[in-house]
Amino acid sequence: MFNLQDAIVELYRKAATSLPSDVESALDHASKKEKRGSRAEAALFSVLENIRLARETGRPICQDTGVPTFFIKAPLGLSHLKLKNTIAKATRIATKKIPLRPNAVDILTDRNSGNNTGVGFPVIYIEESMGNKLSVDLMLKGSGSENIGQLYRLPMEELGAERDLEGIRKCVLDAVYKAQGKGCPPYIIGVGIGAAKDQVSRLSKEQLLRRLDEVNKNEALSKLEKRLLTDINRLGIGPLGLGGRTTALGVKIGVNHRHPAAYFVDISISCWADRRTTLLCHMKGLHLVEPPEEIKCVIHN
Amino acid sequence: MTKETVLSLKIGDTVAITGRIITGRDKLHKFLFSKKPAKEQIPFDLEGTILYHCGPIVRETPGGFVFVAGGPTTSMRVEMYEYRVISEYGIRGVMGKGGMGKQTLKALKENGCVYLNTIGGAAVYLADKVRGVAGVWKLEEFGMTEAMWVLDVQDFPAVVTMDAYGRSLHDEIRKHSLVEFEKLLGLR
Repeated sequence: MFNLQDAIVELYRKAATSLPSDVESALDHASKKEKRGSRAEAALFSVLENIRLARETGRPICQDTGVPTFFIKAPLGLSHLKLKNTIAKATRIATKKIPLRPNAVDILTDRNSGNNTGVGFPVIYIEESMGNKLSVDLMLKGSGSENIGQLYRLPMEELGAERDLEGIRKCVLDAVYKAQGKGCPPYIIGVGIGAAKDQVSRLSKEQLLRRLDEVNKNEALSKLEKRLLTDINRLGIGPLGLGGRTTALGVKIGVNHRHPAAYFVDISISCWADRRTTLLCHMKGLHLVEPPEEIKCVIHN
Repeated sequence: MTKETVLSLKIGDTVAITGRIITGRDKLHKFLFSKKPAKEQIPFDLEGTILYHCGPIVRETPGGFVFVAGGPTTSMRVEMYEYRVISEYGIRGVMGKGGMGKQTLKALKENGCVYLNTIGGAAVYLADKVRGVAGVWKLEEFGMTEAMWVLDVQDFPAVVTMDAYGRSLHDEIRKHSLVEFEKLLGLR
């Protein structure tokens, strides 16, 4: 039994120190596909060794423990404000205890808060869940890969990109070509399409929560995801940008409705260290405002 | 590192670094570039050293600093400062990830310096190559991430991706990917 605050500290620990099994096995598979004795193979071997060492010694996989980003589904009645406060407290404890790198910097004073909390930091999105289930997805996204994300507005003449699936494909290829090795490939790529630029940025990031082996329910998008993965891997940028066969491990696309005059395509790119973890718990009784003292939960990635 | 060593390195060479290196990222570069502190004002000798683009996690314990995790950060962010840091302070190696631009490539050639690409994200694997933290500068002012850490490393792995002869592996890979990119977009 945990209280929610402790559970979130453990969620941080799991996210920072271990990778989801689908990502680790995709990296392992990639290392076998690269040329024997190549720089790409050596780089992936070091990456895999790093993942093992981090898990075994409980240290963060990457020193950039990122912008903690929470995607929450909370049962009816549970106070969102109280949830946010619990997360802020857990964040301060996790930063010391694990430790995480303090990454929250004040725009005006340039001072680091030292504990990963600040205005709009961590990033927290909350929606209502069905029934009495609380689910908390935590993504620790490093800024090397966040910096190579792109927003496109279609049509775009220079790419010959129109408002269709082919246009989307061109945007994704352009973003990866421009990124080269700056964001620690092999990448996992989230794409969000819709009417408003803030909304598509969130949507593209949400795609990064999907497991690599999950198939898109929409057949046209599923086809596009597969085609894009093959295309991207033809670019030859390779693991860590040192050349090779594996530039991406997966592409995930989500769509919303758009406005007749707007067609935004947002691309969120994750580095190979795609750190995402889920906390799931059932809460007794509806209409609770305070997070309960004790919860039963599972944490997995 | 001596100039002779630098000149013996070519893009694609794999190296294992043993000795003393120094970290520096965004704030330190901006500081060295704009404030131009004299060499005597810096408590560590930068002459001939390797400047590692890294913002580590370091834990302070009663027994001293423990280097918990420290892989490279994206080097391109300090492109506008690096050429002067190399020439003013006699740096012989710049290490990070993702490569750097034209200005730095030119400075590498003019001053006898190389760019070393190490393994992005491999923070624990690389931290285990650090034998000890020999010192730190600007910890109070810049904070843990942006401070200048002096590290003693052993067999720290990297690949020479930009050499002192004006060649860049990153440029070669970019050129190759441009051909494929244009084919995929139906532009060639």
